[in-house]
Amino acid sequence: MTMLDVNGLNVWFGKNRDRVDAVKGASFQVAGGESFGLVGESGSGKSTILRAITGLAPDWSGTVTVNGTPITGKKRPRGFFKTVQMVFQDPYASLHPRHSVDQVLGETLHLHGFDDIDGRVAKLLDDVGLGQKFRFRYPHQLSGGQRQRVAIARALAPEPTVLLLDEPTSALDVSVQAEILNLLADLRADRGLTYLMVSHDLSVVGHMCDRLAVMRNGEIVEILDVAALRASQASHPYSQQLLQASL
Amino acid sequence: MMSTLLDVKNLWVKFPSRHGVFDAVRGVSFTLGRERLGIVGESGSGKSMTGRAILRLIRPPGIVEADHINLDGVDLLRKSEKDMRAVRGERISMVMQDPKFSLNPVMTIGDQIIEAYRLHSSASKAEAYTKSLEMLEAVSIRDPERVMRAYPHEMSGGMGQRIMIAMMLIPNPEILIADEPTSALDVSVQRQVLDIMDKLVKERGMGLIFISHDLNLVADFCDRVLIMYAGRIVEVCDADKLHDAQHPYTRGLLNSLPRLDAPRDRLEVLQRDPAWSDAESVSGRI
Repeated sequence: MTMLDVNGLNVWFGKNRDRVDAVKGASFQVAGGESFGLVGESGSGKSTILRAITGLAPDWSGTVTVNGTPITGKKRPRGFFKTVQMVFQDPYASLHPRHSVDQVLGETLHLHGFDDIDGRVAKLLDDVGLGQKFRFRYPHQLSGGQRQRVAIARALAPEPTVLLLDEPTSALDVSVQAEILNLLADLRADRGLTYLMVSHDLSVVGHMCDRLAVMRNGEIVEILDVAALRASQASHPYSQQLLQASL
Repeated sequence: MMSTLLDVKNLWVKFPSRHGVFDAVRGVSFTLGRERLGIVGESGSGKSMTGRAILRLIRPPGIVEADHINLDGVDLLRKSEKDMRAVRGERISMVMQDPKFSLNPVMTIGDQIIEAYRLHSSASKAEAYTKSLEMLEAVSIRDPERVMRAYPHEMSGGMGQRIMIAMMLIPNPEILIADEPTSALDVSVQRQVLDIMDKLVKERGMGLIFISHDLNLVADFCDRVLIMYAGRIVEVCDADKLHDAQHPYTRGLLNSLPRLDAPRDRLEVLQRDPAWSDAESVSGRI
């Protein structure tokens, strides 16, 4: 079953002389429980696709369907965020510096109308492997990897089915990256989550995803599965070039 | 034997805190010739502090101590702050990690590069403008004229980093310290930027200190590598032999990388041994 269906998506910023077409006619489908990767260089529009889905890039056209429900316009209804959540690239920037972990998670749970917030915060911390001693810490008291775990816990709070991962490990050390990628793999297996993961690192996408789309200058040049990628069977010259550079 | 540009002996960087003195760098020694020297390690291993200490960019209350940091036989630690300013940029230049925090947000890119150039040469504004355009082209920025007029927030991370590199190379330094210069860039652009730096090392006989957490990149690009852990050098090796490294820390880092050619269900997680940080620092002097 298709969880996420993106068809002919265009996203642009600015207008007239300054108009930049960030995404041009992108189409792909992600099945429920699948992990789908978007790779490409910076400025290729891969993050913009995620931002358009979540309503962070207001000017877009095309059709996007999440779990059978089409999304429209600039604003997303509150229920949308019970299905789709996003984890951002930089855990140093995506957490409020003056909110403790407890406040960050508690506020999210409160906004989504959950009860037993106390118990749920405790469970979320356990789920992402942090434990209770981190509950009343502030972001500056956490390492990069721990912050990214908090960001993942916040994304998991509304119990979404789709996680949009925007370069979740590119700000982290390789040893910490391994921990976070293992955590994301475990969470997907436990909860049957659907991942749409953006990365510039082909080997990370190769490790995490089943299929991937290669983007360049706002266009998807090729969609292939990871087995083909490993066997160096990319057909588009640009994908081959990327593959060469990351082997 | 190649000539030694920089000779660092027994470098310590200390930060006094409420809980006693924190040693960020602990007794690091190495030399730099006309080569590409890589320093790898995780965040907090002291690799960036080592780079900053050479340029005496550690702000008080941080303390830099060393037997000597010799640039062409002259100890940088004995120079006055005024003399240091003549060293920074002109003789040793540094590309910082994050362009977001290193570029002036309220000045156009063009003005910043022109300023960097004219500070160290007597070129006219028009000359500096042409030279800046050339430099931006050299770091493969498309449409450099538009970029000259733009402000840093209008640039992507990769472009910002290339602008930084252009700015640092324009005074033509003898030594370039590059602190994670390519970690914000894509593989394809990474290659271009590395090629630019490579060319400069070869053509101008520049010495390069390349600080990175990316082991594969360093193995590929550098001549020699220092591996740092908890403020010390735990291993020194030739870059092309990095994959045969012996130290368990280096091995652990190499094994935690996902690899396209060798898929695994789970990635190996580094198990740390306290003995690594207690051991004596290995010397990188030749």
